[in-house]
Amino acid sequence: MKPPIPVIPPPAWEEVKDLQEWVKYHQERPGGDQVSDTVQGLWDRLEHFPGGWLAVTSTSKLFNWARKSSMWPVTFGLACCAIEMMATFASRFDVERFGMVPWASPRHADLMIVSGTVTIKMAPMLKRIYEQMADPKWCISMGSCANSGGPFRHGYHVVKGVDRVVPVDVYVPGCPPTPESLMYGILKLHEKVAEFQQTGQRSAPGAPPD
Amino acid sequence: MTAETAIARLREALGVEATGEDPKRPPDIRHLVVTVPVERWQAAVGIARDDLGCRYFCHLTAVDWKAEGLDVVCRVENLETHIGLTLKTRVARDAPCPTLTGLYRGAIWMERECHELFGIPFEGHPDLRHLLLADGWEGYPLRKDYAVDTPHPPYR
Repeated sequence: MKPPIPVIPPPAWEEVKDLQEWVKYHQERPGGDQVSDTVQGLWDRLEHFPGGWLAVTSTSKLFNWARKSSMWPVTFGLACCAIEMMATFASRFDVERFGMVPWASPRHADLMIVSGTVTIKMAPMLKRIYEQMADPKWCISMGSCANSGGPFRHGYHVVKGVDRVVPVDVYVPGCPPTPESLMYGILKLHEKVAEFQQTGQRSAPGAPPD
Repeated sequence: MTAETAIARLREALGVEATGEDPKRPPDIRHLVVTVPVERWQAAVGIARDDLGCRYFCHLTAVDWKAEGLDVVCRVENLETHIGLTLKTRVARDAPCPTLTGLYRGAIWMERECHELFGIPFEGHPDLRHLLLADGWEGYPLRKDYAVDTPHPPYR
């Protein structure tokens, strides 16, 4: 006689306290990139022109291709994950073949890889650097600490996930993630960027910028 | 200098008995422990520096014993004769502790850190600002009554 197969109930995710906190505190990516009114007006006029949608969709494809093939990350290493990030940028796991150049200025960068533990003291600086980047901008949260606080989640000084400070597009798990994991996350972000305009992530008409 | 002579010197200068770390063993000169009342804190560290020649200030920290108060612990060493001395004193909660900055300049940062993490006001400290924590921090994180898991939006 076989022993009965135990039935494991599915997890009630809405009862998990950490998930409740995540739903409560995480930041969403804002509607889209802030472009100047002139460009936006030209774009809307072109879209409503007869046959203009053809030009709009093909140019947005072209723009997204350009965006994803030269995505410069701002160097923002906070802890041990930064070592793996540097290894990813170095010659062995050469991400320069994706057109990524680690750049030390947020003004020229499209992507911020938050690699490491974000302390409460560092969070305002991180937010300021993110706000200094030009739209459109993306953010990768790298490692357990940046995802959720990691081993320091129950400490007194660590932000429980960088998504409480800035909106995050791709989470890369690991402690620290290997360069292969980070490259997988970067490729996933490339897929996301390729669908950037088509998924309706455009600034809503009439929504005033802050 | 042996452990016995060091203990005898401390006894005649302070009137307290120094012990080893482990009561089952004979006291080792590298690990002597002295507990003094808070009124004699500066005098005890001064004797350790001048009389025993402990010119190296290792660290200063505190231990929270809840209702019994907080232990301020400091360790000084003589690097030539290898005397290691751990001095302890007990202060009540939120009661001031005399500063050691007049004896060791290195105590300035240690006492700033001890002040922000344990909430011990050091009397006579020249500059008791926050050292490690962010500005506007409420509470003293290393005290045992500090609620670590309290969510405080936006960042924690």
